[in-house]
Amino acid sequence: MGAVQHSGADARLDEARRRVEADTRRRRRQLLAPTLIVIGVFGLFPLTITLIYSFLSPGVYGGVTWEFSTDAYVQFLFERDIFDDTLSFSGTYLSIYGRSIGLAFGATVGALLIGFPTAYFIASKPPSQRNFWLFLITLPFWTNLLIRTYAVLLIIRDEGIVNLSLQSIGLIDQPLTILYTDFAVFLGLIYSYLPFMVLPLYASLEKLDFRLVEAAYDLYATRFQVLRHVIVPMAKPGIVAGCILVFIPGLGAYITPELLGGGKELMIGNLIALQFGGSRNWPFGSAAALILMVVVMMSLIVYVRYAGKEGNSHG
Amino acid sequence: MAQDTADMSGKSAKNMILAEGVTKTFGEGDSKVHALDDVSISIRENEFFTLLGPSGCGKTTLLRLIAGFELPTKGNILLDGQEIGHLPPYKRPVNTVFQNYALFPHMTVARNIGFGLEMQGRSKSEIKQAIEKMLALVQMEHLANRQTDQLSGGQQQRVALARALAPHPKVLLLDEPLSALDLKLRKEMQIELKRLQSETGITFVFVTHDQEEALTMSDRIAVMKAGHILQVGRPKQIYNQPARRFVADFIGDINIFEVDLDEVSGTTGRVTLPSGATLPADLPEADVPAGAVSVAIRPENMRLADARDSAAKLKGTVTNVVYFGAGSNVHVALKGGSEVIVRTTGEVLDDGHEVGLILPDRVQVLVD
Repeated sequence: MGAVQHSGADARLDEARRRVEADTRRRRRQLLAPTLIVIGVFGLFPLTITLIYSFLSPGVYGGVTWEFSTDAYVQFLFERDIFDDTLSFSGTYLSIYGRSIGLAFGATVGALLIGFPTAYFIASKPPSQRNFWLFLITLPFWTNLLIRTYAVLLIIRDEGIVNLSLQSIGLIDQPLTILYTDFAVFLGLIYSYLPFMVLPLYASLEKLDFRLVEAAYDLYATRFQVLRHVIVPMAKPGIVAGCILVFIPGLGAYITPELLGGGKELMIGNLIALQFGGSRNWPFGSAAALILMVVVMMSLIVYVRYAGKEGNSHG
Repeated sequence: MAQDTADMSGKSAKNMILAEGVTKTFGEGDSKVHALDDVSISIRENEFFTLLGPSGCGKTTLLRLIAGFELPTKGNILLDGQEIGHLPPYKRPVNTVFQNYALFPHMTVARNIGFGLEMQGRSKSEIKQAIEKMLALVQMEHLANRQTDQLSGGQQQRVALARALAPHPKVLLLDEPLSALDLKLRKEMQIELKRLQSETGITFVFVTHDQEEALTMSDRIAVMKAGHILQVGRPKQIYNQPARRFVADFIGDINIFEVDLDEVSGTTGRVTLPSGATLPADLPEADVPAGAVSVAIRPENMRLADARDSAAKLKGTVTNVVYFGAGSNVHVALKGGSEVIVRTTGEVLDDGHEVGLILPDRVQVLVD
């Protein structure tokens, strides 16, 4: 008798549990719906168009003609001889990708080296002062990127502040050519994306327990050893997030290389823009964009997997 | 065995830490705070020394000055005869067990314990050996490869101890390390700490605000208040012969009587209670001026007697009896209006009962 009652209660409990779970699932779906709609309409839909366009033929005045073709992808790696249609390997576009990755990577490292001490500085300030410093970090966002990039252009050009002051103190006779070089693009990228490095770094350094730093000092760690063995490992989530936030937009940057690189040394962003503009080769532009996306996604997966492993080991 | 004792007493004469006129101030101008004011202290080798006092008394500041987290505003700190006052923490052969343990969350138990040796650049095999030895010492062998956040409070405490002991420092500093543990675990760890101290032979400097903890574990105690050291002594001395009113008040229950002092001769004298009874008294320092002073009598040093007993020098009425298991605290309102507490293990009296109080043979005079 008792056992029967017991199993009856169990069944009811299970039933209630199932209902609660179903409720929770439905509520989650409802909460997610707005995001899913936005991503669907403004993310997946255009991406699908891009994917389809990349397998079509270019129209004469832009646009596409509805003829299936893999030319866009072939063109990425090979050059088609105008006369006999034979394909020969061409590294032109690969080298653009290579330079873009190199510049974006360099800018990421640069932003990390500049951003880390900055974030540490802010995190070690009393809480009441931190907001002020964070405000200063976000201040550049108040001005349009285009205008800020022009400002950089004015600063580093031959008659700019940098060259004039270096000349006036007699360090150089002739102005240094900074503008329209890879170095200018590198500088511009660091400048544009530095806040994206500082903010996540700050977020993880702010959570750092400074008593751990004291504990490490106490256990014979020098300043550098404390940085290496305690601060950097604890700030790893912020370092990973900051690097992703600088590297990816840096890789696809358009305005910075266009203005500071003079547009002569192409980066991926400019190459893609050119295909939809002057070159009137929409399929190739679409293919280039998709290839960039695949590169980014693959490097992200590798990165996250590496960072995720490290992350697990310290909870 | 006798050899050991001789050896230990020989060692204990040597000063491990000597602080001379140490002053530490925080802030500037009006907001300037004297955390430590001209403090001098000597801590002997192989001693379990406790800094006891309420929060804000400067005990933690003194510990941090020895560790090197703060630098003294004035004064010298010598460790084993060497001036260390201005060395950074990583150049001092001193380790700390922190109040919150401060274990590295991104390292295993074993790596936490080996961290100090690793930073000193010791060889891998030496580090491994030391880790094993330390794990055995704190009975944590089975948890060597755990992450520290998977440990209970007591286990974290043991790891923190092992980590600080592994480099075999000359002095181990403990900053209220037991305050986060529950009562039962705290009692266990008190015994454990005593054991570790005698097994390793390292000088322990222990900071606490818990007087019972201090009395249980220490070889000597320094009672601190507002940046000053009021009294240094063995637990029994501190408890039975408190020199200052604050020390008497801070440690245990105590009855304080306002009395008249005369017949002062060296460190003894005679006091007259308001009731007219007189008692011989011990003075905390020579030649305390005669006149109004306070004396302290512990509740367990008084006895209840019949109100008509001729040996009873004070008389009063029972107002309250608080039972605490091993005995009772009887609150007695004296004829003058003040109330005293008497500890008794005998019969329990009713409120309103008239009683006499038998005082100890001698009493301790307090200075403010």
